[in-house]
Amino acid sequence: MGDDVSTGARAKVDEFYRAESRYVLATLIRLLGDFDAAEEALQEAFSVAMEQWPRDGIPANPRAWLVSTGRFKAIDGMRRRARYDASLNELAHHIETTTGDSSEQEDEHIEDDRLRLIFTCCHPALAEEAQIPMTLREVCNLTTEEIARALLTKPATIAQRIVRAKAKIRDARIPYEVPPPSELPERIETVLRVVYLVFNEGYSASFGTSLTRAELSDEAIRLGRLLLQLLPEPEVIGLLALMLLHESRRPARTSATGDLVLLEQQDRSRWNRAQSSEGISLIERALSMKRIGPYTLQATIAAVHAEAPSAAETDWAQIVALYDLLLRVDPSPIVELNRAAAVAIRDGPAKGLALVDELLARGELATYHLAHATRADLCRRLGKNADARTSYERALALAKQGPEQRFLRQRLMELN
Amino acid sequence: MKYLLLVHHNEKAFDKIPEEIRKKMLAESIQLCHQLDSKGQYVHASPLQPETAGTIVRVRDGKSAVTDGPFMETKEQLAGYFLIHAKDQAETISIAERVPGARIGTVEIRPVREIAGLPKTRDS
Repeated sequence: MGDDVSTGARAKVDEFYRAESRYVLATLIRLLGDFDAAEEALQEAFSVAMEQWPRDGIPANPRAWLVSTGRFKAIDGMRRRARYDASLNELAHHIETTTGDSSEQEDEHIEDDRLRLIFTCCHPALAEEAQIPMTLREVCNLTTEEIARALLTKPATIAQRIVRAKAKIRDARIPYEVPPPSELPERIETVLRVVYLVFNEGYSASFGTSLTRAELSDEAIRLGRLLLQLLPEPEVIGLLALMLLHESRRPARTSATGDLVLLEQQDRSRWNRAQSSEGISLIERALSMKRIGPYTLQATIAAVHAEAPSAAETDWAQIVALYDLLLRVDPSPIVELNRAAAVAIRDGPAKGLALVDELLARGELATYHLAHATRADLCRRLGKNADARTSYERALALAKQGPEQRFLRQRLMELN
Repeated sequence: MKYLLLVHHNEKAFDKIPEEIRKKMLAESIQLCHQLDSKGQYVHASPLQPETAGTIVRVRDGKSAVTDGPFMETKEQLAGYFLIHAKDQAETISIAERVPGARIGTVEIRPVREIAGLPKTRDS
């Protein structure tokens, strides 16, 4: 009997660790003012829980209990080490007097702390290459090895980036806070960019043999949901919608043999309808908020595709119009390229080709394989086989990903 | 005339110097400050935290952009500074030669432009 109870309680601690450890960590970082101290306190709190919960039962508010135990353990540890470093005594006293022990009181801050943690991991003063690993490590609780695998980097490199970022947060005293309203729009932009990069890294891996690394996209969507819950801003909604709509096409994006399937050839019955309809209703919500940003516009374009029964029956005029809007809000050569591809369908390949050639002549997209692949495809449709071949070859030389290379080779063969 | 001595060194190389020697260099720098102070030449001096703790701020079109780096491309980093009074460049060079950082990196001497309207210096 007793064994059953304790086994149950242990399982409960494990379950709690998976679900709640990031919340507890986020609050401990604020209370202790240091990532490493908080991480250590978190581990100690859970090891006390492992010992006490099976014996004494699970506390009424486990999360608050863990925060308060972690805080106490950290102060206690500083006092013990103060024998060797007197400044720790002062620090322990400071933490003890400036932070409340009332667990209920701390519990109220829990959502804010989670948001503080996200904003700190995505702080613009941290190197861009450190923002993603920091977010995946501290907010999503992925291990260094998992992050390294997902980002195709060595674990030692990831570990070093995280250590450096934490040192910088400490040494430069980067505040652990949700930015004030005046800075919020720009800071949200950085956070959304990090989340979108995580998603893209999972959706279309830029190197390697597999086209998608699903786990990363899942993490990004989870992050998007968390952000939406904490900060229901239009672009936060727009980004989640965009990710869900892209994700809904995943089952149809690759063939059974792992090859790339273009949007127009995808079997639309394999699209995930639950995800796309969630995406569409999120867009409706974002659009009703009257401040329309680039993520919402991109999501709206994705939604037009999601609602079309086939490529031919797609409302291409609306897609071109949306790209026009997007170019006004967030001009970039990549958006222009996508617009050109939509124009090619609305007004014919010759019109599209003129736009693509103009764009390539400007030079910004000279090394972007998809610009050459788009040109090649339009030339092929116009029967300009020699031009098509040159552009496919150029695209192939620039593509870094196995399935994309196979796709381009296939197209080249078809031309011969 | 005021001169700013900017001490540059390679942080990676500096980190490889044994802790004991680094402590001695710091003590030597503090001593130099006291020597300058006794001659009325000391204004201010300080070592800096490593460049990895640095942040770059740019304001363009009224919009502020805060970023990390780019620091990694440079071989030598700004490690600290001395602001001193000296009668001319020759005297400043002789002081710069006594900066311990000169032995492992470089000391850049920049004459300070005196401008009106600044508040009085306040320390800590």
